[in-house]
Amino acid sequence: MSIDMSQFHQVFFEECFEGLEAMEAGLLNLNIDDIDPEVINTIFRGAHSIKGGSGTFGFNNVADFTHIMETLLDEMRDGRRQVTQIAINILLGSVDCLREMISSIQNEEEVDESRVAQHTADLDNELNGVAESTPPPSHKVSAETIITEPSEVISDSSETSDTNEESGWKIAFCPYLDLLKTGNDPVRMFRELSELGELTSLANIQDVPSLFEMDPEECNISWDLKVMGDIPLDEIEEIFNWVEGDCELDIQPIAPKPVKKIAPPVSQAEPELDTEETIATQAKEPQQPTQPEIIVEQAEVSKDIEAIPKPPTTAPKEPNKKVQLDSDQSKLIVQVASSIRVDTSKIDALINMVGEVVITQSMLGLVGENFTMDKVDQLKKGLAQLERHTRDLQQSVMNVRMLPISFVFSRFPRLVHDISSKLGKKIELKLVGENTEIDKSVVELINDPLVHLIRNSLDHGIEMPANRIAAGKPETGTIELKAYHRGGHIVIEIIDDGHGMDKNKLIAKAVEKGLIDDSSVLTDKQAYELIFLPGFSTAEKLTDISGRGVGMDVVRRNIEALGGNIEISSELGHGTTIAIHLPLTLAILDGQSVAVGDETYIVPLVSIIESINITEKMLNKVAGKGETFRLRNQYIPIIRMHKIFNVQPSSKSKMGEGVIVVAEGQGVLCGLFVDDLLGQQQVVIKSLEANYRRVDGVSGATILGDGSVALILDVPGLVRFSNR
Amino acid sequence: MTTDTQANNNPIKQNQIEQFLTFQLAEEAYGVDILKVQEIRGWETVRVIPNTPSFIKGVLNLRGLVVPIVDLRERFSLEKSQYNHKTVVIVLCVKHLDSTFVMGIVADAVSDVLDIKVDDIKKAPNFGTKIDTRYMRGMYVHHKNMIMLLDVDRLLNPDEIESIDNLE
Repeated sequence: MSIDMSQFHQVFFEECFEGLEAMEAGLLNLNIDDIDPEVINTIFRGAHSIKGGSGTFGFNNVADFTHIMETLLDEMRDGRRQVTQIAINILLGSVDCLREMISSIQNEEEVDESRVAQHTADLDNELNGVAESTPPPSHKVSAETIITEPSEVISDSSETSDTNEESGWKIAFCPYLDLLKTGNDPVRMFRELSELGELTSLANIQDVPSLFEMDPEECNISWDLKVMGDIPLDEIEEIFNWVEGDCELDIQPIAPKPVKKIAPPVSQAEPELDTEETIATQAKEPQQPTQPEIIVEQAEVSKDIEAIPKPPTTAPKEPNKKVQLDSDQSKLIVQVASSIRVDTSKIDALINMVGEVVITQSMLGLVGENFTMDKVDQLKKGLAQLERHTRDLQQSVMNVRMLPISFVFSRFPRLVHDISSKLGKKIELKLVGENTEIDKSVVELINDPLVHLIRNSLDHGIEMPANRIAAGKPETGTIELKAYHRGGHIVIEIIDDGHGMDKNKLIAKAVEKGLIDDSSVLTDKQAYELIFLPGFSTAEKLTDISGRGVGMDVVRRNIEALGGNIEISSELGHGTTIAIHLPLTLAILDGQSVAVGDETYIVPLVSIIESINITEKMLNKVAGKGETFRLRNQYIPIIRMHKIFNVQPSSKSKMGEGVIVVAEGQGVLCGLFVDDLLGQQQVVIKSLEANYRRVDGVSGATILGDGSVALILDVPGLVRFSNR
Repeated sequence: MTTDTQANNNPIKQNQIEQFLTFQLAEEAYGVDILKVQEIRGWETVRVIPNTPSFIKGVLNLRGLVVPIVDLRERFSLEKSQYNHKTVVIVLCVKHLDSTFVMGIVADAVSDVLDIKVDDIKKAPNFGTKIDTRYMRGMYVHHKNMIMLLDVDRLLNPDEIESIDNLE
């Protein structure tokens, strides 16, 4: 009967992370002066279900730890304990600790016991500190208190120390009708019991109504259980912890020399258990609709992810962007990548569309049979319909991968809370457009850059309260995090009302660091761009929040790796706005097809600035450095595509005949010399690495309308490659 | 080396029969484990990938999958030939580390599927063969003809291809 529980682990982990997020949000929302009991309840429920799940899956350290948190929360919920800021901070710390424990388990790593112990001690201190001041409530038989009162459990276990010598326990377990509705499964409890010692169970089915009258959600069976072996009472009680309050329970020790007269033949007991099992499964089924989300495995993504932790030895010589992600980030990706939660309505829409496509296909089939020319109109109509349905289907499939950006945004209130209190600043975070949907893979990769940018705004942007008042601004600074769609892109803006960026200070800093020379004349925009240079940091002194000068260039690189770009605008004294433009999805991009000899390549439209015709005369040859041409005050290096890709040049591969595509990659401009521009189209990105390996200057492949393969150019990669 | 470990150290496999797909390449017969074969297609023009070793002919669209195509003649430095209507592409699933790669090999023609007893596979001699014995599962004599059985996982290993690329 044993079920492989590990198949449910992933779902459990996700639920845990969701629960933790809810707890964190709840804790941050708690206002000490005006406690909303519903918020505490939410936090409590989060802890409660994590404890339940981890117990079921045998992650006892998690269950034990959550138990202590739950105890503390329960006292707050009952009003037996004052909610203090200290307690909230301890709980927040515990939430972090718990999250780490769960991710360690998920990644099959060692749990950091010392950290857990430290947080356990913190929680214990907090708990016991009150236990002294308020006398523990009088002994209650109610099961509820046994779960939540540690003092109770301790006293119980001290009792059991005498009875430990007993050779077994007799348990009368009589669940109330609605036990199954609470999500408890007696079979699971029996399995746990049988792990403690030899279990014999006798089911009492006299109350079970006939099959027609039976309500599958009700539990009509009671049990007489016997567990043999040296088992402490509290271990047995722990198993029944979850159902206490939902059942009548009587646990009696069996004398060392038990009379085995009640022991029922096992063969008799087993079928009863089976009956009960079917009831339990029946009972579970009606619960499913309450969980409106479906887990879809994502083989594709995990394949990509596998490539990340590969040691650099197998990676190509050219630094692979993915490999460069620091270990923390790759861990984060591994953590969330294996599955996706999708709203059922999206799946329904998908199924609906597939149905439409099938209908259209069979209609076309009918037209195709005994085709005559007078059916041509019908055929055209059918094809038009098919086209529309295919497009809708594509849209629906894409929608499955879309997640609201609140998945990323929801972490920031905590970040702002922690950092602003550390810095002694008063900061309010406004979230706008949290429901804007964005591709899951983008969601995963955008988190770290955003964290960095927000930290920067907090640390460098917003002034200290005193300075703000002096500048005539409200004491509390505002950071607005805003997401919205604009023309097939998603825009994320981080707007602060701090002191803005000082162009002259930026230039002075860059000169001092030797990043630019002091005669350079820069526009405002160019000056702001300086902060993306590696090794640039304007913070007067390093703090642990920001200012190590390694951040912004990485931020920009990560965003460009996603096919996006980042822009800064700032007004001295009034604040800074950082706008990130991202493609809606990583699976499709807008591309410009270009011809080089007999080959067709795709240049991502986002990186193209303009396309121009130039003649041989306009070229400047730089000795040993190739060719450049002058485009409005800038010298742009030319990359002759047929040379760099060893393609047989055609008659148009001469300067003057062909076209220069001016493209930008990581802030560097280059002119790609191609034979011709062919047309713009949306292309589906296929990975070359999936079956082959990375190729310099190529970011992937796609399939053209005629079924042939075209390679997608990677502009920054081309620049690096041509410089070699 | 490989042949040793595979043929001798695995007693269960001793009397097993394995099926091999045999094909012609420059007048020689070669064989690959049929379980590695995904499909056989006629030759069609492929898209050239820039700056790759010459034996990588390019990539092919296989129902939405981008699949690299390896010319075994060039890979083994055999005499080159023109592709014609008999030229086939054998699409293979290559296992490397924990992942599976789909790759195609170009062959002059496919011949037959043979049932071969694992016992009858002979160790490849260390010299005298046209290809490196590292990439061979072993040799098999069929009607007095020598068939070279290839170890696909080693031959088409992406790391291997890269190291050859670096040599060039």
